[in-house]
Amino acid sequence: MKLDFSPKDELFRQEIANWLASNLCGEFDIIRGRGGPGDQHMFIDERKAWEQKLYQGGWTCIGWPPEHGGRGASIEQQVIFNEEYARAQGPGRAGHIGETLVGPTLIVFGNQDQKDRYLPEILRGEAFWCQGYSEPGAGSDLANVKTGAKFDNATQQWFISGQKVWTSLARESDYCFVIARTDAKSVGHHGLGFFLVPIDQTGVTVRPIEQLTGTSEFNEVFFDDAHCSAEDIVGEPGDGWKVAMGLLGFERGISTLGQQMLFQNELDEIITLAKSNGSAKNPQIRQRIAEAHIGLRIMRFNSMRVLSSEGADGSLQKESMIYKLYWSSWHRNLGKLAMDVMGAESEVLEGGPYQLNRLQSMYLFSRADTIYGGTNQIQRNLIAERALGMPREPRG
Amino acid sequence: MDFKFTDEQIMIRDTADAFLTETCTSAAVRQVMDTELGYDPQLWRRICDEMYWQGIHIPEAYGGLGLGYVELTATLEQMGRYLCCSPFYASVCLAANALLVAGTELQKLTYLPQITAGITATLAHTSEAGDWSSSGVKVTYQKQGDRYCLNGTYRFVPDGHSADILVLAARDQDSHGLEGISLFVVPANTPGISREWLPTMDQTRRQAQLQINNLILHEGTVMGSAGEAWPQLEQILDLGRIAVAAEQLGGSQQCLDSTLAYISERVQFGRSIASYQSVKHKCADMLVKVEASRSAVYYAACVGDQFFNQSAGASGLAEAASIAKAYSSDSFFHNAGVGIQLHGGVGITAEYDIQLYFKRAKSTETFLGASDYHRERLATLLLDTQVTL
Repeated sequence: MKLDFSPKDELFRQEIANWLASNLCGEFDIIRGRGGPGDQHMFIDERKAWEQKLYQGGWTCIGWPPEHGGRGASIEQQVIFNEEYARAQGPGRAGHIGETLVGPTLIVFGNQDQKDRYLPEILRGEAFWCQGYSEPGAGSDLANVKTGAKFDNATQQWFISGQKVWTSLARESDYCFVIARTDAKSVGHHGLGFFLVPIDQTGVTVRPIEQLTGTSEFNEVFFDDAHCSAEDIVGEPGDGWKVAMGLLGFERGISTLGQQMLFQNELDEIITLAKSNGSAKNPQIRQRIAEAHIGLRIMRFNSMRVLSSEGADGSLQKESMIYKLYWSSWHRNLGKLAMDVMGAESEVLEGGPYQLNRLQSMYLFSRADTIYGGTNQIQRNLIAERALGMPREPRG
Repeated sequence: MDFKFTDEQIMIRDTADAFLTETCTSAAVRQVMDTELGYDPQLWRRICDEMYWQGIHIPEAYGGLGLGYVELTATLEQMGRYLCCSPFYASVCLAANALLVAGTELQKLTYLPQITAGITATLAHTSEAGDWSSSGVKVTYQKQGDRYCLNGTYRFVPDGHSADILVLAARDQDSHGLEGISLFVVPANTPGISREWLPTMDQTRRQAQLQINNLILHEGTVMGSAGEAWPQLEQILDLGRIAVAAEQLGGSQQCLDSTLAYISERVQFGRSIASYQSVKHKCADMLVKVEASRSAVYYAACVGDQFFNQSAGASGLAEAASIAKAYSSDSFFHNAGVGIQLHGGVGITAEYDIQLYFKRAKSTETFLGASDYHRERLATLLLDTQVTL
């Protein structure tokens, strides 16, 4: 067990640090530190342009294998990349769904044609993706999706009808990956397909959901005979659940490090504020800031353990199963801490009608953290049942 | 970076687990709990002769195995899990570390081989409840020519009533705060030292009070730089904190494991109480705390290695130690408390072991600073200084 990086990896660190220093500037100054959770829909054009800049430098999809245009970067190098990206206050990655979810899924489950068509444009920062999983009747119980997919022999196309909800970045995306029922009579995990659906077509309607922040990061997406080609199902009809769960497995890896860098920026902002407004002298605030620091450092150590043990066996490790519950609870507490550090000023907005500053927005939006991607209640069930082997909940 | 145990470290951990399963049974722990010594000398002999844990991180030049802090931590975690009662912590994690950090070459050559041979030792430094900072050092010395005359009282000294060698912290009688602190190493039977066992709530670990009356020490007993030893003492305490946190991690894990074992057997309303969601959710939270504590302890262990290799400085050691001690203290206490709750009525009986862990959680929490002390220490780093972590 050791923490040190090899001399080769330290050279890699120097390379990315230098590149960021000379490229994340000028026209990109305004997006430094922007685009995190609750802020993902902001500066979208600039952040898409930034993705292309990253591509030109060879810094998109660095963990992908070289045959798909990546660097085949080691886990250590990906950790370093994320550390340096954080240090430079790199913006939230507009392409993260494509890079960290769609790409790895297609590399494992996709056919050659799908890889050829979709991977290059993700790599170049030209195509952006969103996720069509949740439905009004399928939140925690994801396997209860009702959206249906029918294959039309005449046109050799799939036609998809139904509704998805809580879709981040739907208006900013070119494609949505959708799980839909290919066997109308099926229930649960069976009879599902995993589809790659273009957003810009008459059968797809995106309606923003106004959130408690007054902004609309999430959307409803309505599919009314939306179509995609016969080649746009990943795996066979009926394989959808396997592919969908495989995708969620990729989500637990490196991408968590990118999230932590945004948390660090938020904590730094709170610390700076506490120093300037005098709350850094309040003993209780001091305790809570230290607790937040401890929590974030441990979040990083947890990730290092997960990443170091990856590949040992395919199963989900206990340390990775706690991750969602851990970070969401931590971040929700950070939101409250931010407001308490601001004190009475936390009520006063930047401007009307409802212009929140970054910490106010984070405070409100952090209430979503413990709900989306599996609520804390569901996470505790999963931990108890899968990590601790306790009896499973009865199912209806 | 490779943040997982090597095969050799796994072997060390598993060997410790197997040995302690056999020797540190609940009955064995309860037997020594009732003695003033607080441990079984025969078990200590076996640990020293057969397992050689006392020499794990001591360099080979001084009779040790020359392994690192990670190996030491892996062993401590198992000792904490089984509530192993032994002079290990005081001798190795306090006194041997003190010698490694602050001892002169002659002192290392004199005392470390004794410790690796199984002679016991400890560190005495604070006098006041709750003050683990430099101002907690209250015993004073007066320099008289090339002699030092010490007076005062030490409290909360682990195994202080039985240890053979003592490392003592004392301050120049006119000094205060960070200044004027010196460390001394002496045989415990030196005239001027009287020692008294303090009965404690946690009966698995002994504490003592040491009365120092005109203890005369010569120049050769001084460790490090006379009058300027606080930075070294702080490093020694930080190494000790990482070691306590490792024991707490093991205890925390055992609270979860024994609770799971109990609730899986217990049936109410015709079903295992482990099947109730309210119970499952409590267990899930216990696992989160165990795993997060594990991450903090292993990280701190790696920093401990870096510190001994001189690739990490004192501030990195302090940060890692405070994170590990603060988090592991809180999570051990949480898991022991929830453990009692989920045991129901039997949780508060003497018969079930969960109460022993509940007591150990508190004694290890207060020792070397509870979590609020460490959070304030981190807050100072984050809010009052320009040091970047």
